[in-house]
Amino acid sequence: MTDRPIIDIRNAAKSYGSLEVLKDISLQVKRGQIVAIIGPSGSGKSTLLRAINDLDPLTSGEVWLEDTQVNKALPTRQYEAHINAVRQNIGMVFQHFNLFPHLNVRDNITLAPKMLKGISKTEADALAVEQLNKVGLLDRIDYYPSQLSGGQKQRVAIARALAMKPKVMLFDEATSALDPELVEEVNLVMKQLAEEHMTMIIVTHEMGFAQDVCDRVLFMDQGVVVEEGPPEVIFKNPANERTRNFLRKHLKGQN
Amino acid sequence: MDTDLMIRIFPFFLKAAWVTIQLSLLSGAMGLMCGALGAAARLSRSPALRFIGATYVSVIRGTPALIQVFILYFGGPQVGIQLEAFEAGVLALGFNIGAYMTETMRGAIISVDRGQNEAARTLGLSRFETFRSVTLPQALRLMIRPLGVNINALIKGTALVAAISVVELTYTAQRYIGSTYKPFEMFLLAGLLYMAIIYVTGLGVNWLDRRAALK
Ligand SMILES: Nc1ncnc2c1ncn2[C@@H]1O[C@H](COP(=O)(O)OP(=O)(O)OP(=O)(O)O)[C@@H](O)[C@H]1O
Ligand SMILES: [Mg+2]
Repeated sequence: MTDRPIIDIRNAAKSYGSLEVLKDISLQVKRGQIVAIIGPSGSGKSTLLRAINDLDPLTSGEVWLEDTQVNKALPTRQYEAHINAVRQNIGMVFQHFNLFPHLNVRDNITLAPKMLKGISKTEADALAVEQLNKVGLLDRIDYYPSQLSGGQKQRVAIARALAMKPKVMLFDEATSALDPELVEEVNLVMKQLAEEHMTMIIVTHEMGFAQDVCDRVLFMDQGVVVEEGPPEVIFKNPANERTRNFLRKHLKGQN
Repeated sequence: MDTDLMIRIFPFFLKAAWVTIQLSLLSGAMGLMCGALGAAARLSRSPALRFIGATYVSVIRGTPALIQVFILYFGGPQVGIQLEAFEAGVLALGFNIGAYMTETMRGAIISVDRGQNEAARTLGLSRFETFRSVTLPQALRLMIRPLGVNINALIKGTALVAAISVVELTYTAQRYIGSTYKPFEMFLLAGLLYMAIIYVTGLGVNWLDRRAALK
């Protein structure tokens, strides 16, 4: 196994008109690494995360998934085929779950594998059972999303992403929309993934969680990575004034 | 009120109601097709198609349906389109309601939460696969009731083709007034039959809507 990063972002920049949302960001994530991205609202965390699977295309710069360039310039049709294939390897979990409300939990999980991997119904069902076991929701397999709590919805969304057997998982504030008492069950699932050495990039407002599970923390502000390092350093001994200010506000009440 | 006359003449009105039902079914089916094509055009990535879709909707909704019927039936022969009154009626009504259905369908499709679209795309589904298995099933549920409203308007709108002598309910009522001199009874009879058709259609729409409801 080479040491080549799974995700390699090279000089990413993005503007909306004259607003520069990302300014020359580079980031490498190795297999099994867990990276947290923190920073104030509007600093570009989601934009960076969504650039990784080209949901929000960059203005310039490159994103690589192992030896494939994700945001390759291709004619529309070829690009569509290319990006659909690439995205199968990049799981994504959203703040608002985005489950398919017309499908039950089983079908939410098996829809994409059935369509894209040509697996049989039996295999798909086994896959749903496997993934639901992982997130502790096997007993909800026949439920519809509207019959689940927020925490359960998010766990199903994680199971749905995992069912594609992605090489990396992206989390965009997976627990921000949850009632406080439901946050822990989702965090537990993510911790368990960490123990299984899933490569993860996690945008979060939960400093405690970032400190517990992440190997590396990036602090972003106004479209740049202001500071990055291991959580001990970033949280206990940040070098940058902006990082300190941010943490002062956000660590209040925690620890 | 001459109820005896109404009862005697009822079978003739039933026959006319059947014509109204046929007009509604055929133009309704055509409207659904035009609506689906129109919505696809309006939501297309191609600016040309979007323009065609938008023009269709604004031209049809911007002119009286009666004028559209007249243009096709009376104006058609001038450009080599010779149609029976019934055919012209079906085509004009179907093309007309299709513009309204275009907007109904488009509205239902765009009101499906965009986040789900993103979720499906990040799993690797193509635009088309996402539309077919995520957006459309939900949009279909959302469009049942508003399409029911369109169908309701269509059924009542079939009365317009009396103006080109299609022997449907309204035309039949007018014709029997000529021989009975009882406009109240004749129009009442026609009105009651329209109501019956609309009532049954409404039951069908309710049934569909209940069946399609999310768990
Ligand atoms: N579609 C868009 N058009 C214009 N500006 C946008 C668009 N999307 C995002 N932005 C801007 O880009 C900047 C970064 O947004 P982004 O969502 O990445 O921030 P964030 O760090 O994820 O914030 P939050 O913590 O609130 O989620 C913001 O200033 C935002 O207003
Ligand atoms: Mg964000």
